[in-house]
Amino acid sequence: MHALVIDDSRAMRKVLSKILGDLGFSVVEAGNGQEALERMQSEAVDLALIDWNMPVMNGYEFLQAVRAQPSWADVRLMMVTTETGIEEMTKALAAGADEYVMKPFTKSDLVSKLGLMGFRREATP
Amino acid sequence: MTSAAPKFESDFDFLRRLVHERSAIVLEPTQSYLLEARLGPVAHKAGIPTVGELLRRLRLERYGPLHRSVVEAMTTNETFFFRDLAPFQALQKVVIPAILGNNAASRQLSVWCAAASSGQEPYSVAMTLREHFPQLTQWKVELHATDLSDEMLERVRSGSYSQLEVNRGLPAQMLIKYFQRSGVRWTVKPELTSLLTVRKVNLIDPWPNFPLLDVVFLRNVLIYFDVETKKKILGRMKRVLRPGGYLFLGGAETTSGLEDDFERVNFANASCYQLRGPEAK
Repeated sequence: MHALVIDDSRAMRKVLSKILGDLGFSVVEAGNGQEALERMQSEAVDLALIDWNMPVMNGYEFLQAVRAQPSWADVRLMMVTTETGIEEMTKALAAGADEYVMKPFTKSDLVSKLGLMGFRREATP
Repeated sequence: MTSAAPKFESDFDFLRRLVHERSAIVLEPTQSYLLEARLGPVAHKAGIPTVGELLRRLRLERYGPLHRSVVEAMTTNETFFFRDLAPFQALQKVVIPAILGNNAASRQLSVWCAAASSGQEPYSVAMTLREHFPQLTQWKVELHATDLSDEMLERVRSGSYSQLEVNRGLPAQMLIKYFQRSGVRWTVKPELTSLLTVRKVNLIDPWPNFPLLDVVFLRNVLIYFDVETKKKILGRMKRVLRPGGYLFLGGAETTSGLEDDFERVNFANASCYQLRGPEAK
């Protein structure tokens, strides 16, 4: 399985990539939505973890762009964000996010949400 | 960087500091009752006679595998919404549909979460029923949530959870639908809390009168009891479950060798135990 981690924080990308790597994903990273869209043009992605607040193109705009493209309909999208309001959560899910994780989170939180999305552990961390 | 240990630190304070330093998880003072239950199996596995001795060694030794086992025991077993997921999928896809057929005449459904802890399990059952079985609004549904801890029972009644608690295992769609934001916490909506009957039950003491039960969740409880107590509890369970009723145990638990009247039933990624009887055949 191939995952894309999108966050403008290098430290956060590293944390998320490590968790996904431990679960057996191959992982690529992007620092904002625009960069992520460019990566998706050239490589097939099964899952994207998306921060909300980023420069150039934010996570919500990225979400809308992906869901507007039929060839990306199967890509599973999880918001991982400091936006913790019901309004933001509702907006993201309505726009096509499959799951939503609020920061701060633990590895178990993320793994549990991936399980809800049907992603099972492929390697022992 | 680790913080310095206070001069006269209690066992629980020491454990809180260890868990916090290693996992960032804060154990609340109300969770001190977990100490014996969680660390007993760790001590046993390590060949250490008592939890007190285990803690003494943890204090003396440099951080290592024993400390790691203790931190994991105090954290990874925390209850969470839809814990293990598969039992709830089995409930949704197999168990409740079967009961809807079997109890169609009486239109009654009774479920017991026998170690409700802070409530995530009974509320997960409640959400499963509300989300997937709208016809049950026309039924008499009883969902009993019991625990031996008064603090936990108060938490179940309050239905109030931290952001960290709702982050784990709970689908975002259900969070939005069944919870409301109360400041920094999330509170279960009355449509779910009203489904629960919450009361104190110590499984080794006499049980209250339950209606004949269709489903019992008794997960990750039996492991803390000796064989005789397990047999006693399963023997009682036979009398409160409807013939053909379903008993969900934890992944490391079984009725095998303890009580012959339960038959293991396997689902896609889960299993439970069905009480033998006319309806089970």
